[in-house]
Amino acid sequence: MLSALLVMSIIAIALGAVLGYSAIKFRVEGNPLADKIDAILPQTQCGQCGYPGCRPYADAIANGEADINLCPPGGEEGIKKLADLLGVEFKPFGSGAEPKPKAVAFIDENTCIGCTLCLQACPVDAIVGAAKQMHTIIASECTGCELCLPPCPVDCISMESIGENLENWKWRYPVYALQPANTVGRESA
Amino acid sequence: MRTLYKFHGGVHPPGNKTPSTQQPISAAPLPAKLIVPFRQHAGEAAKPVVQVGDHVLKGQLIGEPVGFVSSAVHAPTSGTITVIDMQPVAHPSGLPDLCATLIPDGKDEWFLREASDYRTLPAEELRHRLRMAGIVGLGGAVFPSDIKLRPLRNHPNKEIGTLILNGAECEPWITCDDMLMRERAAGIVQGAEMLRSMLEAKEVLIGIEDNKPEAIAAMHRAVADGGLPFEVVTVPTVYPGGGAKQLIRVLTGLEVPSGKLPTDIGVQCFNVATVYSAWRAIAHGEPLVSRVVTVTGNVRRPGNYEALIGTPLSELIALGEPLPDTDSHIMGGPMMGMPLPSTSVPLVKASNCIIAAAKKLFPAPPPALPCIRCTRCAQVCPAELQPMDLFWFAQSKNFGQAQAFSLFDCIECGACSYVCPSHIPLVQYFRFAKSEIRMREQDKLAADRARERHEYREFRIEREKREKAERLAAKEKAAQAAKPVEPPAVAINPDATPETTAQMKIQAAIEHAKEQAAAIKPKNTENLSAEQLAEIAEIEARRARMREMAKSDVEPPKE
Repeated sequence: MLSALLVMSIIAIALGAVLGYSAIKFRVEGNPLADKIDAILPQTQCGQCGYPGCRPYADAIANGEADINLCPPGGEEGIKKLADLLGVEFKPFGSGAEPKPKAVAFIDENTCIGCTLCLQACPVDAIVGAAKQMHTIIASECTGCELCLPPCPVDCISMESIGENLENWKWRYPVYALQPANTVGRESA
Repeated sequence: MRTLYKFHGGVHPPGNKTPSTQQPISAAPLPAKLIVPFRQHAGEAAKPVVQVGDHVLKGQLIGEPVGFVSSAVHAPTSGTITVIDMQPVAHPSGLPDLCATLIPDGKDEWFLREASDYRTLPAEELRHRLRMAGIVGLGGAVFPSDIKLRPLRNHPNKEIGTLILNGAECEPWITCDDMLMRERAAGIVQGAEMLRSMLEAKEVLIGIEDNKPEAIAAMHRAVADGGLPFEVVTVPTVYPGGGAKQLIRVLTGLEVPSGKLPTDIGVQCFNVATVYSAWRAIAHGEPLVSRVVTVTGNVRRPGNYEALIGTPLSELIALGEPLPDTDSHIMGGPMMGMPLPSTSVPLVKASNCIIAAAKKLFPAPPPALPCIRCTRCAQVCPAELQPMDLFWFAQSKNFGQAQAFSLFDCIECGACSYVCPSHIPLVQYFRFAKSEIRMREQDKLAADRARERHEYREFRIEREKREKAERLAAKEKAAQAAKPVEPPAVAINPDATPETTAQMKIQAAIEHAKEQAAAIKPKNTENLSAEQLAEIAEIEARRARMREMAKSDVEPPKE
């Protein structure tokens, strides 16, 4: 009886020690779920979700505070991926939050007065310029978040949509027009 | 006799090569207008180095290579650049691309041609010349050839054992390489020796399909005449036996592993037309300004033409005299080629064949039916893939799974679509999935970059805030240290009551203010003009008068 108790408590202590040690040794920093969500988000840092950037939104989703359909730049596909990841139902965008075509900001350099307000607003530092110097957008780094539009005092920034060109053209999903069978028959006859 | 190997699968579509081999290669007449695209090769488009209105000579550089994977573009004849703008080009999208329009002056006058002996030049210099001569793979992939000739520093297998010349030309209808080998075998063989010496390859194999006996004989003769130890190997006619990986397999028995290059197994492969143009570029100093192109299909006079790059395809088709029921055109072969958006697009380095298509030659495919999983596609796939599974994943946009099933090993040869009893356009699905995956990878990279930049920005703002706070703190500290430890007179007075202390403090403050006021001099009292002095004197006098009046108890006169 006594020896059985002894054996059981030794085993319990040993296992507890292992668990305690591994809790410290293999401790996970931060919230791994938020990291996974952040990897799905498009990183435009536009704040259309109501959070100041993609990471805060990812944290909010991970904490269950935010919905998954608040990110228009991510598109419906983004929602689908988030739904898959979190094991929840797909949710369509609310009204007025539909994704827009991809665009980059463009500064009309004749109108720009060099106030640096857009530089401070740009979340990815994609605008080059200095006080009283003309500013310009680094188009390859611009995420199209439109955050530079409101601060501009002279409205010299416009969004130019990236049309389809040979660099970003994609093969289409094969789609064929269906013909009613009787028409086909008449043609061949 | 060399032991030949077999690659998996393959199909035997009707060749249709005889009609276009009945007459020798003829030079296409000089067109009235040439449209030269700046993107004719894999990689970055060339950068224009000419202005509108410039007069250029044949072979003069008009677009210089930008970046590592890029190549040069040259004026195909002498004339004037009239426009540089977006023009429709031969691309499945039908989208326009940057092109230079050249109006020939009819003289066809060459720019400086520097002929040299490759034996006297280092390989580095030869590679640079090939790049600046715009030599790219003419089999259809248009990959810059100079890159394929680089020394293999980073490869575990540091040497090229075998150089393969690809003269298989497996695609039906196309005969441009066949005719080139028949007529210009000597140049090809000399070019092969040049490339062999650059790569320091041990052996050279020239693979030609057995449906081209004249070309095989011509190449045999040229090799014997040159006294070179090359081996002309006749390979069986199987589509796609001309794919680089398939030809390597047939000739050497080696298989290029998934995701690797032929150089990884010590083999390099060049198309015969590429080798010929590389030879022209070095030995004759002629950049790539023309190519041999097959004009065939629904035409009265099929044949091969040496045409200038930039020639509108309509002019080439007219040379073949198309029959009236021609309704569309294909660039490349019927298996891998693409329908042309219009015939006004120019000939580019990738155009090996123009087929005039008609319903009777290429009937429209019957409507696609559901996949019945007969696995005939898997039986013919030369890359040993499972097209029926890939189709399933591509159709349902399950791209991750498609990649797991090695979608990117697909060479888009079209053998699977060719045999499919349900007429499913499998290759179109695979192309769709491939470009979707590529675009997603690009978006992912862009998102990662944006995240990094955003995080750095946050860090920078935080750092600036901290530094500012630190600076302020340091300043305050310094100010505190600089303040003299003044023992105020008030504090010393031991019997000072709170009232007197306050009084004295006020007094001290008044004194201090007076001192400060005395220390500040009016700034505008120097360098005054006579007028200003007079004005000041007048004001002073008036003030004095007022003071006098104030002193006397008399009321100032009312006005």
